[in-house]
Amino acid sequence: MTTSTLPRVERLLHTGPGGPIGPGLADHLALHGQVAIPTGDDPAWAEALQAEVASSGLAGRGGGGFPTAVKWNSVIRSNRRPVIVVNAMEGEPASAKDRALLAWSPHLVLDGAELVAALSGARSVVVCVADDRDDSARAAQRVVAERQRAGSPRVLAVRRPPARYVTGEESALVSWLEREDARPFLRVNKSVPLTIGRRPVLVHNAETLAQVALIARHGAAWFRQLGTADAPGTTLVTVSGAVRTSGVIEVELGTPVEDVVQRSGPTAPMSGYLVGGYGGAWLAPELGATPLAPAPLARAGASLGVGIVVALPTSSCGIAETARIARWMAGQSAGQCGPCVFGLPAIADDLELLAAGWADAGAVARIDERSRSAVGRGACRHPDGVAQLVRSALTVFAADAAAHAAGRPCAGRHRPTVLAFPAASTLSGGAS
Amino acid sequence: MSTRSLVHTKVRLRVRVDPVACDAFGFCAELLPERVTLDEWGYPVVDGTPVGSELVELATRAAAECPRRAFHLERVVGDR
Repeated sequence: MTTSTLPRVERLLHTGPGGPIGPGLADHLALHGQVAIPTGDDPAWAEALQAEVASSGLAGRGGGGFPTAVKWNSVIRSNRRPVIVVNAMEGEPASAKDRALLAWSPHLVLDGAELVAALSGARSVVVCVADDRDDSARAAQRVVAERQRAGSPRVLAVRRPPARYVTGEESALVSWLEREDARPFLRVNKSVPLTIGRRPVLVHNAETLAQVALIARHGAAWFRQLGTADAPGTTLVTVSGAVRTSGVIEVELGTPVEDVVQRSGPTAPMSGYLVGGYGGAWLAPELGATPLAPAPLARAGASLGVGIVVALPTSSCGIAETARIARWMAGQSAGQCGPCVFGLPAIADDLELLAAGWADAGAVARIDERSRSAVGRGACRHPDGVAQLVRSALTVFAADAAAHAAGRPCAGRHRPTVLAFPAASTLSGGAS
Repeated sequence: MSTRSLVHTKVRLRVRVDPVACDAFGFCAELLPERVTLDEWGYPVVDGTPVGSELVELATRAAAECPRRAFHLERVVGDR
């Protein structure tokens, strides 16, 4: 296997010469340097940090890709003190980046959260870790306790919402924090902030906050030294599938998808790449050179999502994999909206029959039509994600779909699939 | 907002479904087939097409008749 030439970047997941650094605040500050976080309101400082993050071009790393500094406007103008929510829910089975961050750079995430708190006048920070992620929760508890002992003027807390795909969706998370009902609700105008009680809430993905902590230290120009003009900086990517080393790596935005796979050591020829996650899209091998960045991925019909690349070997059946994902995603619905409750299982039914070679002649058209119909009709974008993934499968695996529709299933459909539930991801530490 | 900006702001109307509240009664499609179709499970499909003055009365009635209060006629200021 060829050796990857992709340069290592170590901004977020700094391993250093002797492996990962210790988890303590002192180790963290020794590695990343001090960062000044005002204890009270400091409008001039806040304005300067917002301007710096704005010019860095940082966009949210939780899948939405919204400019981070712009998101702050919704709460800055409010005359109530907001609540900062760190979203480390990671409901996406193929992602391990939140776990990686909390294991390797937890203080960087909390630095970011406290910076945003200071900037927006918030006095409380809530770190959300799913109730099945005890290791991450312990790491979060440890750093939270350490920072309170070190004299943080803010109240820092760790909460454990139920592990479910949609719980990580912003409105569902806030709804759970407020009334333990982890279901999304319809937001007509997203510039109106979510609230807990009467306080506005800022929800940020853990990686986004870690990036803010780096920009506060090193500035926008430094941030832009890596990545592309449109998509500056680095990002965490969870790579799995037919690779030697599955796990989380940090890459420059704009890195070609196939280079990301190359760095993880491909073990087979690929029939496609799952990019973005279970609500992402399949990318044909011919499009492997597509840069991992929002705009180029969108042109290829995909999305960055939470930074996921799964390499599917030709020995697996893309339709069968998609059927499994669709069935799982149907089960993860919050069960509120008809198009999701009825649409997703119906799509999964047909995909399963298709993969087995038992589908009727109309199945492919029906899957496509139902996927189109599911888009934009839920309170959240759960059905939209599944629809995008399913439709991309019908394109990328069109030849397979046609063969299966004619009663010829893939031999690979019975093989143990490369898509684990959840993906058994480890950190791909210093071994590169 | 000044009178001037009101004059120059396009105010249009559009129908919207709250998918959480909707229970597929289908009254909206009965009353306003011009803007609402039902999917195979009876849930409404609406597009963003503006509701012109000729349909305002029907759309208002569709909103009022929805047993789940899930059907809304709303103002759209500017683009979408």
